[in-house]
Amino acid sequence: MKQFAALFQALDATTAQSAKLAALVAYLRVAAPGDAAWAVYFLAGGKPRQMVPTKRLKALAQQAAGLPEWLFDESYEAVGDLAETIALLLPPPAAPADVPLAEWMAQLLPLRALPPDEADAHLRAQWNMLAPEQRLVYFKLITGNFRVGVSRLQVTQALATVSGVDAKRIAHRLMGYTQIGRQPQTADYAALVAPAEGDAGQPTDGAAGHPYPFFLAHPFSQPVADMPPLLGPVTDWQVEWKWDGIRAQVVRRAGAVWVWSRGEELVTDRFPELASAALQGLPDGTVIDGEILVWLPGEPAPRPFADLQKRLGRKTLTPKLLRELPVVLVAYDLLEHAGQDVREQPQQARRAHLEALLQPPSTTIGETPAVALRPSPLLQGADWQDLARQREAARSLGTEGFMLKHRHAHYGVGRTKDVGVWWKWKIDPMSVDAVLIYAQRGHGRRASLYTDYTFAVWNGPPDDANRQLVPFAKAYSGLTDAEIAQVDAIIRKTTRESFGPVRSVEATQVFELGFEGIARSPRHKSGIAVRFPRMLRWRQDKPVAEADTLQTLAALLPESSA
Amino acid sequence: MAWPVAALPGHAPRGCALRPVTMPNDLVVLRPEGLYCPAGDFYIDPWRPVERAVLTHAHSDHARRGSAHYLAHADSAGTLRNRLGADITLQTLAYGEAITHQGVTVSLHPAGHVLGSAQVRIEHEGQVWVASGDYKLEDDGTCPPFEPVRCHTFITESTFGLPIYRWPAQPVLFADINAWWAANAAAGKASVLYAYAFGKAQRLLHGVDSHIGPIVVHGAVEPLNAVYRAAGVPLTPTHRVTDPQLTKTDLRRALVIAPPSAAGTPWLKRFGEHSDAFASGWMLVRGARRRRGVDRGFVMSDHADWPGLQKAIGATGAERIIVTHGSTEVMVRWLCEQGLDAQVFATEYGGDDNEDDTDAAAEQPASATAAEAAP
Repeated sequence: MKQFAALFQALDATTAQSAKLAALVAYLRVAAPGDAAWAVYFLAGGKPRQMVPTKRLKALAQQAAGLPEWLFDESYEAVGDLAETIALLLPPPAAPADVPLAEWMAQLLPLRALPPDEADAHLRAQWNMLAPEQRLVYFKLITGNFRVGVSRLQVTQALATVSGVDAKRIAHRLMGYTQIGRQPQTADYAALVAPAEGDAGQPTDGAAGHPYPFFLAHPFSQPVADMPPLLGPVTDWQVEWKWDGIRAQVVRRAGAVWVWSRGEELVTDRFPELASAALQGLPDGTVIDGEILVWLPGEPAPRPFADLQKRLGRKTLTPKLLRELPVVLVAYDLLEHAGQDVREQPQQARRAHLEALLQPPSTTIGETPAVALRPSPLLQGADWQDLARQREAARSLGTEGFMLKHRHAHYGVGRTKDVGVWWKWKIDPMSVDAVLIYAQRGHGRRASLYTDYTFAVWNGPPDDANRQLVPFAKAYSGLTDAEIAQVDAIIRKTTRESFGPVRSVEATQVFELGFEGIARSPRHKSGIAVRFPRMLRWRQDKPVAEADTLQTLAALLPESSA
Repeated sequence: MAWPVAALPGHAPRGCALRPVTMPNDLVVLRPEGLYCPAGDFYIDPWRPVERAVLTHAHSDHARRGSAHYLAHADSAGTLRNRLGADITLQTLAYGEAITHQGVTVSLHPAGHVLGSAQVRIEHEGQVWVASGDYKLEDDGTCPPFEPVRCHTFITESTFGLPIYRWPAQPVLFADINAWWAANAAAGKASVLYAYAFGKAQRLLHGVDSHIGPIVVHGAVEPLNAVYRAAGVPLTPTHRVTDPQLTKTDLRRALVIAPPSAAGTPWLKRFGEHSDAFASGWMLVRGARRRRGVDRGFVMSDHADWPGLQKAIGATGAERIIVTHGSTEVMVRWLCEQGLDAQVFATEYGGDDNEDDTDAAAEQPASATAAEAAP
């Protein structure tokens, strides 16, 4: 643990990417493989199932620090990270000892299953063995929020450096490594860094359902007039809708099916209709990349993302739910065909194979086939202007715009551009001018600054003397650091009341809020929920009375729900 | 900014009676101009011009221009004349020396904050009040350490008034700084350490291991070094960047002490690729460190940490505590729960609770000399 804590500190102590990579490599070269297995898991974004409920951990730490609850909470507010708060508040250790990382994990993971009293006793004994600088890391193992400014890409590069294996192959091996509930062992780490011979890009860890790294798109935001010189003729591109669901990979191998989310979680059980469709409809040795959407037979467009969330939110999938909110996979791409990795074939060739495998795509969205696996329809345009016109229909179909994929593009790894490029050509977000009414402090590097805001619109027109502000969205991104500092100061000066960590402020500031989707929601006070809200602009020029109203918002609702 | 504690939901201070902020015979009350002593007709660290001002120290949120008469510790005189004007009417006292004004006895006692910093003790008709300005408990060697003064009412800061703030001992702190500097020097990189020009910079110069390499100070720091040296505080020898003795190689091994406002200025260009760090109590929290965007944060403050505040308050024996700036609500609620009578004076000291060791707001734009400004 001493080694791993030192790595954490080294990563934390520099903002230089090269220094972070060097620290990672240095650690991986000396760490025991069992420790390295866990270090990679955490640094690549892995998070074990909750070992101790946060509430109990807080209570235990508060007790050990001898503080009243409110003071512990105040401290947490200022620090913005629970693990760090506890590490800063605990009294010094009675008997420091150095226990390896893997051994800590072996002690921590079983705590889940223990009765609370017993687990608490273990925890107390454990943190009393840890020097203060190791405690932060120890509590982060428990809380799982392991952000230390290291990207998964850097972990991949470090593994490539120590193993001498190509980084793309490492990225492939890492797929699924950070799955929840996984307990990486010495052998798993050995498989990550094993020499490349005999590997052939196939599953490395014995799991037949191993997915490929997802290829990600880059935003395209140039004006239409600039598209011909930048992109060339429209015929060079495969154009599809950018659907708003869950990006997923369906792996059909060895007589079984695995469905992986973009977050590398195995979600096969959540979508039984996809699993059975893939089992029946696809041959062994097939991997498809696509988007999971709730789409009812006969309907022209998929349901909004909120309906997909309902599917994810339920613990058990009742027949009723499966009937009312059936999902489909709108397939984008074919990664494995007849047992062969086809990612290096051109886009159009992969598309041809994909269409051959699935039913032919419908020419218009109106005639949606009733099958659970279907190719994403392609769009044709005479030129970019023509496509831009077609793109205007995006919102009514519940999509975010177009995807542009070069016909010769390979399927790359992550957000790369070296073997081909995918562009996401999104429509402008919907927007309203809203009033800041509540603020809460941020986390991480924004800790102790008021950065998380709740926005409201008026529930009546300007001539309504009794109209009130109704909260409808929270947003915390879109402002520069300088703007955050200014807004933070205003919030402190205009606070009306504090409710725990939340402050209500006088309604003085107007922001232009952008969002991608809007739907009715009985769970929100305003009756409306928006998707991906963020601040587009701080409207310092606009008085509060001129902010938008619920009526403005309602006018943005899609026709089906308005 | 401070809120009356009773207005916060869920705050029901037990030890504190809800009563007006000011009682009829209070020795110090809050006025729009600052902390005011009605019996003696003078202010302590006023933020607006007044007739008579007693100053705890020369940081600019406590020592402001425009008052007719000033009283401060003798070691503050140089800095005060520098900052408020050479022609100010200034009377100085030594620590422990008392004067009587309109029947009120006033004396100054070490606060351990920066050179010349003092707690103001006021005695009138058997009542003793102490206004402590800013203070810290650890003896840093650059000014006489904090001395607790028994009193009935203690007026305290609360800049770092949260239990997360516990400072490392000074030897541990300097071992860290020296190790960082030595590692950079070995790699041929200058070490740029941002620290406030008055107090923090001199504490660094007093404590770092000068054998590691040359030390270069920014133009905003050197005049204050002179004040410290004149007061007999031993500081390690320093160079200006224009010093002809310094070779390029020297600069690449140097420790560079500069005010935070020098970050991103052309002045830094002559050091080439360098590592940077910031010395401040706020650096204890990772989020604050990351926000600064420097390579390292060293936890070094000229304010008391949480245990220090508790110890200082306890040592006065005071039953009534008035909190002036920093985490005022937290401190008041905590003290009330400990059975003390605590309240807030909403002052204009420090900035908000995120303002660094008060001098952040006060720091003049780093005015390097013209010769130094050119890269």
